[in-house]
Amino acid sequence: MVWVRIAHPDHAFFRALYTTVYMAVIAQFMGVVLGLIAALMRSSRLAPLRWLSGLYIWIFRGTPLLVQIFFIYYGTNELFGVNIIPNTLHLGLFSLDGAVLAGILALGINEGAYMREIIRAGIDSIDKGQMEAAKSLGMRYGLAMRRIVLPQAARVIVPPLGNEFNNMLKTTSLVFTIGVYEMFADAEIGYSNSFLPAEYFLGVAFWYLVLTTVWAFIQAAIERKLAASERGEELSFIERMQAAWNPATAWWARGTR
Amino acid sequence: MEPRDRLVGTGDPMTDVVMRAEDVRKRFGRLEVLKGVSLDVTQRETICIIGPSGSGKTTFIRCINHLEKIDGGRITVNGHLIGYRQKGERLVEDSEKSIARQRTQIGMVFQRFNLFPHKTALENVVEAPVHVLGRDKDEATAEGVALLTRVGLRDKCDTYPGKLSGGQQQRVAIARSLAMKPALILFDEPTSALDPEVTGEVLAVMEELAHEGMTMIVVTHEMGFAREAADRVVMMDEGVIIEEGTPEHFFEAPEHERTKQFLSKIL
Repeated sequence: MVWVRIAHPDHAFFRALYTTVYMAVIAQFMGVVLGLIAALMRSSRLAPLRWLSGLYIWIFRGTPLLVQIFFIYYGTNELFGVNIIPNTLHLGLFSLDGAVLAGILALGINEGAYMREIIRAGIDSIDKGQMEAAKSLGMRYGLAMRRIVLPQAARVIVPPLGNEFNNMLKTTSLVFTIGVYEMFADAEIGYSNSFLPAEYFLGVAFWYLVLTTVWAFIQAAIERKLAASERGEELSFIERMQAAWNPATAWWARGTR
Repeated sequence: MEPRDRLVGTGDPMTDVVMRAEDVRKRFGRLEVLKGVSLDVTQRETICIIGPSGSGKTTFIRCINHLEKIDGGRITVNGHLIGYRQKGERLVEDSEKSIARQRTQIGMVFQRFNLFPHKTALENVVEAPVHVLGRDKDEATAEGVALLTRVGLRDKCDTYPGKLSGGQQQRVAIARSLAMKPALILFDEPTSALDPEVTGEVLAVMEELAHEGMTMIVVTHEMGFAREAADRVVMMDEGVIIEEGTPEHFFEAPEHERTKQFLSKIL
């Protein structure tokens, strides 16, 4: 019976899968943007910006994501006295459910705190001489960051970023708790109606696995593209895939080449 | 920023001074690295700064393009105060924007090359003329190819730095700073990170530049280069200039005891 859930998912399930994917994509994008801003703020000359950046990761890495989700969905209206999270957000062609919006916000803001550290590490990994060379050619900080430092840091940032997104795809399951109809909610509801836990939970696990596997392929392709510009010799697509699947065997394969 | 025509630098019309340092002081924490350095460099002049490590020579040239802030004195390039604005009696640090603009006139070649590894040799050369000076891309590219040809790397235009030898990388770095048509180029021990076999090819390019009349300040341990290409040699020790003169003076009859000691060790 598990095979029915895996091989013949119904229409509602596909809507749930779609919700999972777009929430993860938007939240991850938000996390990267917030992380980049926070990372740049951390090295700002203005102390208040540095403090703000520190406060941000202190709070969002120091409290449970589930609490953040509940707080943003249920707590913000009370706290700020205005309806920050509307019942439905209308965005021209399509509209966003309030719970979905709250979920994306919570996931994105939380992710930004982790991305700050990843982006910071990426920037720090670039030799100081790069910034100095850029400056000595008359570049200002922003231009040097954009054209010289960040493109190089991207190579360091992308592998952990890929792992973060893999995590994000799965972490979206938490927002079922505020009533978002995503993949896990679909499974949970199916299970409560049928009392067939193995069928529903194995089924949904399979589909999460599909998502993360597809992502692993995409990530490998992106990393290959980034690496291509810096090395004359390029790893083949197969070798990259191997690296994404299993770093240990990839290392072995490279060693024997 | 407007592209400006300043091939060899306009200089101060009265004196031809391109770079003037007056009583420059710099400290790192408690350590005083520069204890009042004064030096004039005139147009078309090649200056070699020599001295033992820790004497402050690298710090000094890094102050000239404001990669290091100075704690006292003043530095001008083409008559413009570098890194600071005069505010009454005091000097305050200039805005990032105008510091950046000043740096377009001052080339710098680093010990570790510092080429941009994600860009080809040609892209390295063209980057700043296009994105800083706003030059036309095709025009800048044509000039970039000409510059790489001049340093003997025409066939390496599309090669990434990682695939070039140290000597080739340093020649690309020289082409990169020439592309800005600076009034002055600073060389920070340009051959110290190179294998002995490739040192010559970099020095040859630098000698050619010197003979063509580029204004250069070169921190170096290459006494052969100093003898061959320098108009003036400056000896620094413990944060001050202790002796300066022509290469002949230096290598035949140095006056200062410390200079004699230093030269006898490295010659």
